[in-house]
Amino acid sequence: MPAADLLLVLVVLADFMVLGTSRLTTCIRAIALQGLMLGALPIALTQHWSLHIVGLAVGSTVVKSLVLPWFLRRAIREAAVRREVEPSIGFTLSLVLGIAAVAIAFGVSQRLPLPAGVSELLVPVALATVIMGFLTLTTRSKAVTQVVGYLMLENGIYLFGLTSTDRVPFLVEIGVLLDVFVAVFIMGIVVFHINREFDSLSSIRLTELRD
Amino acid sequence: MIAWTAIPALLLVLVVAPLLPGIATKTKSWLTGRRGPPVLQLYFDLGKLWRKRSTYSRTTTWMFRLAPLALLVTSVGAACLLPLDGRSALLGFRGDFIAFASLLAVGRFALVLAGLDTGSSFEGMGASRDATFATFAEPALFLGFVTLFLISGNLSLTGMLGVGAGLLSAWIGGGGHAAPALALITISLFLVLLAETSRVPVDDPATHLELTMIHEVIVLDHSGPDLACILYSSAVKLAVLGALVVGVLVPRTALPAPLTGLVFTGGLVLVAVAIGIVESVMARLRLSRVPQFLVAAAVLSTLGALLVLVR
Amino acid sequence: MLLLALVLLPALGALGAYLHRAEARRTAWLVAVAAIHLALVTLVWTTPPPAVFSGWIAVDALGLIVLTLTSLLFFVAAIYTVGYLRRESPRGGRAFVSCVLAFLASVSLVALSHHFAVLWIALEASTLAVAPLIFHRRDRRSLEAVWKYLVISSVAIALALLGTFFLSTAQANSAGTPLLLEDLVADAARLHPAWLKAAFILLLVGYGTKMGLAPMHTWKPDTYGEAPSVVGALMAGALTSAAFLGLARINEVTTAAGISAFTRPLLLFFGLFSIVVAAAFVIGQTDVKRLLAYSSVEHMGLLAVGLGLGGVGAYGATLHIVTNGLTKGLLFLVLGNVILVAGTTQAGAMHGLAKRLPISGGLLLLGLFAVTGSPPSGVFISEFAILRAAFAEGHVWVGVVLLILLVVIFLGLATTILKIVHGTPERREPRESGWLVLGPIGLAAGVILLGIYIPAPLQSALRQAAAALGGVAP
Repeated sequence: MPAADLLLVLVVLADFMVLGTSRLTTCIRAIALQGLMLGALPIALTQHWSLHIVGLAVGSTVVKSLVLPWFLRRAIREAAVRREVEPSIGFTLSLVLGIAAVAIAFGVSQRLPLPAGVSELLVPVALATVIMGFLTLTTRSKAVTQVVGYLMLENGIYLFGLTSTDRVPFLVEIGVLLDVFVAVFIMGIVVFHINREFDSLSSIRLTELRD
Repeated sequence: MIAWTAIPALLLVLVVAPLLPGIATKTKSWLTGRRGPPVLQLYFDLGKLWRKRSTYSRTTTWMFRLAPLALLVTSVGAACLLPLDGRSALLGFRGDFIAFASLLAVGRFALVLAGLDTGSSFEGMGASRDATFATFAEPALFLGFVTLFLISGNLSLTGMLGVGAGLLSAWIGGGGHAAPALALITISLFLVLLAETSRVPVDDPATHLELTMIHEVIVLDHSGPDLACILYSSAVKLAVLGALVVGVLVPRTALPAPLTGLVFTGGLVLVAVAIGIVESVMARLRLSRVPQFLVAAAVLSTLGALLVLVR
Repeated sequence: MLLLALVLLPALGALGAYLHRAEARRTAWLVAVAAIHLALVTLVWTTPPPAVFSGWIAVDALGLIVLTLTSLLFFVAAIYTVGYLRRESPRGGRAFVSCVLAFLASVSLVALSHHFAVLWIALEASTLAVAPLIFHRRDRRSLEAVWKYLVISSVAIALALLGTFFLSTAQANSAGTPLLLEDLVADAARLHPAWLKAAFILLLVGYGTKMGLAPMHTWKPDTYGEAPSVVGALMAGALTSAAFLGLARINEVTTAAGISAFTRPLLLFFGLFSIVVAAAFVIGQTDVKRLLAYSSVEHMGLLAVGLGLGGVGAYGATLHIVTNGLTKGLLFLVLGNVILVAGTTQAGAMHGLAKRLPISGGLLLLGLFAVTGSPPSGVFISEFAILRAAFAEGHVWVGVVLLILLVVIFLGLATTILKIVHGTPERREPRESGWLVLGPIGLAAGVILLGIYIPAPLQSALRQAAAALGGVAP
């Protein structure tokens, strides 16, 4: 399945794009591209077509590569934020940590008994995306970038979920997709309010509540 | 191990090398709507410089005079180690990729010392930047070699790129995830090429401000045949690294011998055109972002290596 | 059908409430839906309905206990809301009732789901339904609280989803419907241990965060501090219990698979650590809502410890779900009354409560003794069962540490709350609104009742639930 492998490599490259870029719009573009690949993956991975697979592909493409990026772009436009990412660690260090994450993910996957019949890249790439999503969440101070990190995390989990598409019912997948959609939607609204109240999208300013 | 059959390809590279910067410049001019200098401009320049006399500042020492020669020797030496005809290198032994990288590094080192030797602050600054970026470019290059080693199981450049490397079957999807890995290191090596040959987005060969120069400012004091030597060596270095990229991208062991040279030259021209395209669509990076650019190249190489490791 | 109605009724009610323009109509709607829901739950006790959706939605003893607690708390909260919305009109009031009802629907679904993916969807939905409720006051502080809550909970729940997928991978070689609780338990011996362990850790971290186990509890003080008291009551009473139910469900599977030796120490560690953190932060805490938040961290820790001890501990934990839920509801609502009058959450500005608001003052005192596990409250019975398990199962040091920490927390809570109750107030308040004290009085009665006598149906449900968790009844 070379097509699936190629898509998975591109997914990892999109992760690195998020980690390496200094522009918010590039961040969002990367996550949209990743969504596009995630949408194509069920089709690339499957051996027998079904309505389930097509539905999953269409659903995730629409939500992950169109609706959510559009919504995030709108949020930063409406809030008229500065376009830099403002990381708490340098971009070079982020990239190095990212590659460490990929190495760990590949190493762990070699040791785990992987489910048979799927691309052997799928699980390592899924874990790597989860870890890099975490990295983005914890090292970026802007609320929008944290939402992007959350999306990456979810994308990684979605990738892992693709190992068992034939066992998990469609209804469940739609439920998961819907939940992610609503979560990002609510986060987007909060992001907008944060900007209005604090004149900044930085969650660093959120320090009033403490013991 | 010496393979005399590699001589024609080596001569071809040495002759064609000055053409490549010309093609890159021409592509850039053409894409930005200008006519630009003729493609053969570097040959003219070299001829003109060769007829002139070198001038030396009184502050400089023998290091300053040695550097151009050292650069020439190392660049040609690196060319000898690469299987340019797609089959075998003139000189090949186990671990010669380390010698390859070291030769390039020594040439750069000689030039950096020459820059420092002039005692000018501009040249010193250029030398420091050049050395810094070289340090960041090294991991990407080596990790690329590691990936090639993992694919071919061979520790010499001939084994990695030439006969017995199996790159062709790897590209077609023979073993594991070699194809995406090769694609990744091709890109990575191209980025290394841009950095090593002082091209946009790392350095701008067309800049006229000493403060922003990197490579150009180091050779500011060289003149006459010395400068010609440096310009020619740089062109050879570009051709050598280009040949490395082409070697990974287009395995030629299966082609008949006459066609190989043609495909190889075509590949080099394409690399030059690609450089021109990059120069016309990208701006130069801020100095502080250059290490990040090179780390990104290293990331691509590492990812390639990891992909090959997964079974 | 009855089971579906339990979820669909509040879900449709949420939509219906949004359509009502007048606030009085909306609150009446809330009370009506909550009352019908409670009635339906009572019906489930008398005539257990069959499972629907090929066993995905079913009712068992443990689920029924959580469902009943939830329904009861929502009914009390609905009555309280009538009085609350009269006193403090919210800025985004129209969504308030809808979100409360959506919250009820999602928690009911958690209690009824026997499929791990459905359980996850329902818990995530409950997280999202609560978010607008926390942001109810629409100022900077509540904004900060809701952002922290959203980010931490979303990440945690995402990890739980990964754990759920791991669980499905562990099941690759066994028969039965993927992720269905009954099939997982029945075929537990053939689950892949490495994947199952990884799944347990992720679910523990994910659902543990939603419960508020330390060190993932950091959202709790901020959220409880900023959310309206009635929302705090629902979160501390119902939402955390639902999250604990998620943890208990995976525990059923790991117990059946025979990897308790791996899971129990983890549960004990997180549980004890939570109680230690709670003890450290309860001392000298001046904000009453944050005080309750740390008390909630403590009780979630106790639940985890009970689960981790097994034996009588599992029974104690099951009973503790109920007693803790009722007590937390009581305390949050009573303190809500105090805050409405005092206009602040700082304990220093509240003294003289016994004279200022006699009913609330008395209830607060009662709640204090209940929450710290003094007899004759129900919390005493459940905490005692957990402590007994610690000594009976051979974890003597756990028992000793628990005892010391419980005393420390008692002192911490008592100093702050007794200061509020005693003293001379600047002024007396007018008569307390019936809407605002009726619910708390009911909850207090329930807590005391459970300390003296546990009704037979509840007792048998508790026994069944404890058995499912690998424990025994005393």
